[in-house]
Amino acid sequence: MRVTRTEVRRGAYADSIVLMRLQAALAELPGIDDAGVVMGTRANLDILRAGGLEPDEPDAIRGDDLVVVVAAADEERAAAAVGRIDELLKSRGPSSDDEIHARSLRQALRRLPDARWALISTPGRRAARVAREALERGLHVFLYSDNVPLAEEVGLKRAAAAAGRLVLGPDCGTAIIGGVGLGFANRVRRGPVGLVCASGTGLQAIASRVHELGSGVSQGIGTGGRDLHREVGAATALQGLDLLARDPETRVIALASKPPDPTVSAGLLGRAAELGKPVVVHLSGRPSPLPRIGSLHFARSLEETAEIAVRLAGDPQPAGHPGAAGGSTEGDTPRPDGARRYLRGLFAGGTLALEALHGLGPLLSPLVSNLAAPGVEAIRDPTDSRGHTLLDLGADDLTVGRLHPMIDPRLRIERLEREARDPEVAVILLDVVLGQGAEADPAATLGPVVARATADDGPAVVALVLGTDEDPQDRAATVERLTDAGAWVTHSLAEAVARAAALCTRPAAAPGEPVDLEALAPGFAAVNIGLPSFHEDLLSRGVSSVHVDWRPPAGGDERLLAILEKMRS
Amino acid sequence: MSIDRANAKAVERMIDARPRLTGIERAGDALPGLEEGTLLHAGPPIDWPRMSGPLRGAVIGALLFEGWAATPEEAEERAAGGEIRFDPCHHHGAVGPMAGVTSPSMAVYRVENETHGNVAFSNLNEGYGKVLRYGAFDDEVLERLRWINGPMAEVLGAALDAGEPLDLRALLSEALHMGDEGHNRNKAGSILFLQRLAPRIARTCADRETAARVLAFLGDNALSVLNPVMAAAKAMADAAHGVDGSTLVTAMARNGTDFGIRVSGLGDRWFTAPAPTPDGLYFSGFSATDANPDIGDSTITETAGFGAFAMAAAPAIVTFVSGTPKDAMAATLEMYEITEAEHRHLTIPALEFRGTPVGIDLRKVVELGITPRVNTGIAHREAGIGQIGAGLVRPPMAVFRDALLAWAEAHDL
Repeated sequence: MRVTRTEVRRGAYADSIVLMRLQAALAELPGIDDAGVVMGTRANLDILRAGGLEPDEPDAIRGDDLVVVVAAADEERAAAAVGRIDELLKSRGPSSDDEIHARSLRQALRRLPDARWALISTPGRRAARVAREALERGLHVFLYSDNVPLAEEVGLKRAAAAAGRLVLGPDCGTAIIGGVGLGFANRVRRGPVGLVCASGTGLQAIASRVHELGSGVSQGIGTGGRDLHREVGAATALQGLDLLARDPETRVIALASKPPDPTVSAGLLGRAAELGKPVVVHLSGRPSPLPRIGSLHFARSLEETAEIAVRLAGDPQPAGHPGAAGGSTEGDTPRPDGARRYLRGLFAGGTLALEALHGLGPLLSPLVSNLAAPGVEAIRDPTDSRGHTLLDLGADDLTVGRLHPMIDPRLRIERLEREARDPEVAVILLDVVLGQGAEADPAATLGPVVARATADDGPAVVALVLGTDEDPQDRAATVERLTDAGAWVTHSLAEAVARAAALCTRPAAAPGEPVDLEALAPGFAAVNIGLPSFHEDLLSRGVSSVHVDWRPPAGGDERLLAILEKMRS
Repeated sequence: MSIDRANAKAVERMIDARPRLTGIERAGDALPGLEEGTLLHAGPPIDWPRMSGPLRGAVIGALLFEGWAATPEEAEERAAGGEIRFDPCHHHGAVGPMAGVTSPSMAVYRVENETHGNVAFSNLNEGYGKVLRYGAFDDEVLERLRWINGPMAEVLGAALDAGEPLDLRALLSEALHMGDEGHNRNKAGSILFLQRLAPRIARTCADRETAARVLAFLGDNALSVLNPVMAAAKAMADAAHGVDGSTLVTAMARNGTDFGIRVSGLGDRWFTAPAPTPDGLYFSGFSATDANPDIGDSTITETAGFGAFAMAAAPAIVTFVSGTPKDAMAATLEMYEITEAEHRHLTIPALEFRGTPVGIDLRKVVELGITPRVNTGIAHREAGIGQIGAGLVRPPMAVFRDALLAWAEAHDL
């Protein structure tokens, strides 16, 4: 017969590694079938129950209580196991025995005044408080803890930005700072590839692959999984890009994220596009159909991200802007000032429109269309453009009673003239499809309209001319005439998208004060608060570290904590 | 004033206080309110029914010493019958080790804080063995008391009058560099005390036999200096008391039943909880079951930033706190966690002459769940048996929690 026995230690906090060690040790005792050792949160008690370890009097258990449940063959063995808890708790891991740990950040810094980073892995409910204190004391924060409320993350990152400090996380599994891995990190050599990643394993995968390919990582900046949420606004990713742009050792940047908020992604990629260094972008679940838009290179997988980055890092020619077809050679694309800030895409070809939409999706937000694509809003009235709008003019609802625009240009010309009059439009993106069956001389009809549109500080016109030099329309002449009319002409959809996007993206700026590059310099010292293993790892990497043996403040008494908080202010 | 500023001010006063031993006086003359029929005791206020064995024994001894009772039975009757007024030493600017019982005709050291002008007092140390402070009151105890408070007090008084006041802060500072922590270990300090007094005694005491006996008594008693040092600590702590808004602890004291603290910004109020029993080593033949709950005003040393707080300076006594010199280091490092500052005048060689942790902050104690460490002697729970061990004790967290709540209430938090 199986019996279970519960032991509750009120307010006895232990970190997860101690809990696991105790659990394993109890389970190995004679006559013990199973043992569960957790801090008594509701979620943890549910986990115990799911494993068939029902605690006694669960309603009396609180989140700061240490709960042990053992399942044994008989009462006697259960009691014997419970009787050994204290002894087993005392047998701590190796090497930390020689050290006297601090109990507060204040005293840790008294012992290690040069510390630059705080590694925080306390339970999430309390982690923000610890992180805030670390920021107040001038440290950069690696925040491993999860379950930090979103509002706390926003507040922490705001405080960090104002002070020119980094908060990597919360829920940041890994980072590589000055060649030293924080949290869970692989041993990778130093090199020219700088990483900004929202996902811990994403960063590990890219970094490991970069190493495998013979290259190395300059810095690995983990941002935490929610950095690209609308509320957080990519605060850490923007700081990271800004740092890596200035970091002389970083030649190529890899930017990987979970599916981002469209607006945040647009601002972030807008910023990434103007760093002056190539950026390899991997937006998980949102692959771009275009391998490259300007200096942004889009990868389809984590591995490919690494591969492209390594290739680019070895490329002596740094990323430039793509050249234009035909006579248009200007390289830079000065972004128009003031009210002109929107893109209007007027496509005759539906599939071209869709591909342009996929390409522009991560860069412009909100982006409206009569085609469906991830992150793209459905247009309410296709006859009325609002904000960034890209239209398939060949769609059925627009061609009722008319010929397809590839044959009859009138619909598009009317629309082009109307968009050109809109003082908020920065760029009009067109496709000009040549070939048999298509309009005989598109330059003749479009040219004058383009010339009128672009005259007198009107919007730019970017034209994608699709066809071959054997097509009946005379491709070269078409390009030349459109160019003369004032259009920027290319045969590449990627180039067209890049050019158009460059004219109307609004790059987000890194918030607050710039972070000093010193933040990422090797040879730093750190304070570790929470998991002792992170401290051991730092020491093994030659990093000076003081460990803070953290316990819940005021023993988890909320009333006292509230008073202490008020006394701080 | 913000709490941080109030605490900074309070701790500065504690550190800047320069207690000097100016002389010996009769307690009844020196301590306001100590009249016939009044006895002072260690710790927070307590009445006879709640007094523990050693304190009751000391009270009986004091009644016999004063001649307010002829027999122990009569003394007990009077004490129990409400004829005696009991008051904490702390309410009269005084402190006393263990039972701390001080009666009007006893002699007291007078310590003056040269920086801030406040004064503090402490009775004279009786040495080891059967002594009043542990509740012993037989003839031998009373006879020694009469000698200490009579001829010896006269000799010491004359010696102290014969020169500059003794700078106790400087003496303590020197003793910490000689392996003392100023509470449980005062070997070096007591020798320094003897060294400072000996020439003066030689000069001022006409009777060689008396002089020799006093010198021998001071030299044999490794606790000779404890009482003046406690008075010095009291003078330091009092200098920090009464700073509006401050959360620093300015007194910790035990009466054998309750452990009490006072807080700088919370007036004369005591916050008390049952005194714990010390954890330590016992002399042969005794065990924890014989121990009385913690007793004495000597926790004023930790309050002022030495004693257990300076444990890293006194590796020789680490066995009392179960361990190795590393544990002594850990003890002091732990106390930095809950203190406001590091002492400028009291330093620890083993910590690269870092100042001792000083100024216990209520907030840090509650937040970190770390109570102050106290090195202490352990009294037998029955009157008159005396010291049975020494060890470590920590005040109950409840006193700090209650004080924090009172502070919050006083400031409408």
